[in-house]
This record gives sequence, structure tokens and C-alpha cells, in this order.
Amino acid sequence: MKIGVVTFPGSLDDRDAQRAVRLAGGEPVALWHGDDDLKGVDAVVLPGGFSYGDYLRCGAIAKFAPVMTQVIARAQQGLPVLGICNGFQILCESHLLPGALTRNDHLHFVCRDQRLRMECVDTVWTNAYAPGEEIVIPLKNGEGGYVADDATLDRLEGEGLVIARYLDVNPNGSLRDIAGISSPSGTIVGLMPHPEHAVESLTGPSTDGLGFFVSAVQSLVGSR
Amino acid sequence: MPRVVVDVMLKPEILDPQGRAVMGAFGRLGVHGVADVRQGKRFEITLEGEPTDEALADLRRMAEELLSNPVIESYTLRVES
Repeated sequence: MKIGVVTFPGSLDDRDAQRAVRLAGGEPVALWHGDDDLKGVDAVVLPGGFSYGDYLRCGAIAKFAPVMTQVIARAQQGLPVLGICNGFQILCESHLLPGALTRNDHLHFVCRDQRLRMECVDTVWTNAYAPGEEIVIPLKNGEGGYVADDATLDRLEGEGLVIARYLDVNPNGSLRDIAGISSPSGTIVGLMPHPEHAVESLTGPSTDGLGFFVSAVQSLVGSR
Repeated sequence: MPRVVVDVMLKPEILDPQGRAVMGAFGRLGVHGVADVRQGKRFEITLEGEPTDEALADLRRMAEELLSNPVIESYTLRVES
């Protein structure tokens, strides 16, 4: 299973995402922001970082990168895409997911090991988890406050599209403690915390993040 | 040369922690009687030629698709002579 990881100018977590894909049993494929094709990958990860220096708005320039033309078109046809942190911001800016990520309500950059409750596990990226399972993975963002209008939030909750919620503390002012959401198709998932930093006990607070990548590899094998 | 100004503001219902921090500074600096501060972005776009309907339509599209995020922001566009 080939999972592409896009590197934009300013991406930070592309190598960790590639490593997580490999540890989950997939084959990571490096994609470049200037690429026009997706090299035959079965899924795409948009990693964390500060694409294009976060100029204008986080993810606002990245959505116009050549590679994103393909990612957006293919995602609308069902290609699985996981956006982590900056990748989540890019998915929202691209209107592949509803809502937006705004400045943390306390204005500080936050970096902590964050407890989450997994909710929707019927997606390509979360099916290895149990509903209600609690996990701990790193969170690091300055603009991670998830916002959307009440109608959108009600629809996300009504259709069970919230994939994870913050526990203990709400680290960035996200409405209704939302840490991640899914498209109705279950193929496009965005989340603010970083599962790719919690895949090995040597360097992470847990290995709880591996499930996102195992989920995708299992789904892709099952769909073949 | 003609200039087009686009002002982008967070929608009223979106929390603006930066504006709130600025308002806090007002108080610490002894300026009182301020009810609210909202922080936005201003783009000054200088045109090579006249602001034709076509040029303004292009800029309006840019204001909607690039300069602002309609999910959380609104914009105004005006031509300055």
C-alpha cells in the first residue's frame, strides 16, 4: 500500500509521517508540492509544519500548490487523505472539510502530550481504534482552535463525523472540544494533534498514534 | 496609479484573541473607555492600468478565494483614486 506524504516548503513532520507509514506496514512515497502527479499512491498524508511560512493564513497558499490540484480532485473522488495539524488547516482552506482553524484562544503556542477520546471509528483513518478509546499523542500548534457555525457543528455531531475530542483540557479553544473531523465518506480526515509523533516508545509519549496509519493500511488492503 | 484596497476582518461571531490582547494593552497603558478591538488585514493592490470591470471582477475573486477565508472572514473592496 503506497501512502504519499506531501512536502511543502515549510513542512516539518513529513519525515515522521513517512516513518509512521512504514511502521504501520505501508510504503511511504515522498510527494513534492510542485509535483503534478501523485505517483500512483493509494492515499495521501498532508503533514504538519508551516507551509509557505503560514503567510496570509495557515494553509491558504498551500491549497494552490500544483500537487494540491490533484489531491483535491482525487480526494473528491474518494482518495483517502489525512491532514495533520497544518494538513488539517490545508484541508479546511481547500473546503474538503468544513470549518476553519484559528488562533489559539489564549494566544500561546501550545506543545503538550494530549489525551483524546476517539469517537467516530468508521473512517479509513480511525478504524483500528475502539469507539470511546482514550489515547495520548503530542499536540503542538499556535492556530489550532477549530471553529465552524452552529449548524455545521450540529451536523458534524449529528452525523457522527467528530473523530476525536480533547480530554482534560481544551488546549486551543476548539469549539465543542473538537480535535478532529471526517468527511461523510470517511475518507478525508483532519486532526490537530500529531499521531505520527506517537508511533515508537523511544520518542513518543505512547504508540497510540500508530492506529491512524494502521487503519489506512488495513482499509486499503481490504479494498483491494 | 489606481489602487484597490481590500480589508479583511474576522466575522463578528468569531473570537478574535489578538484584538482582545490589544484591548488589554489599552487598559494597561491608561486608555479607558474602549468597548472592543478587532484586528484585521488590509491589502493595498496597485494596478498597472485603469480599474476596469474585468480587473475588479478578478480582484473580487481573489478577495474571496485567496485574501479571505469566507468561513471565518468577510471583506470589503474599494478603489482609491
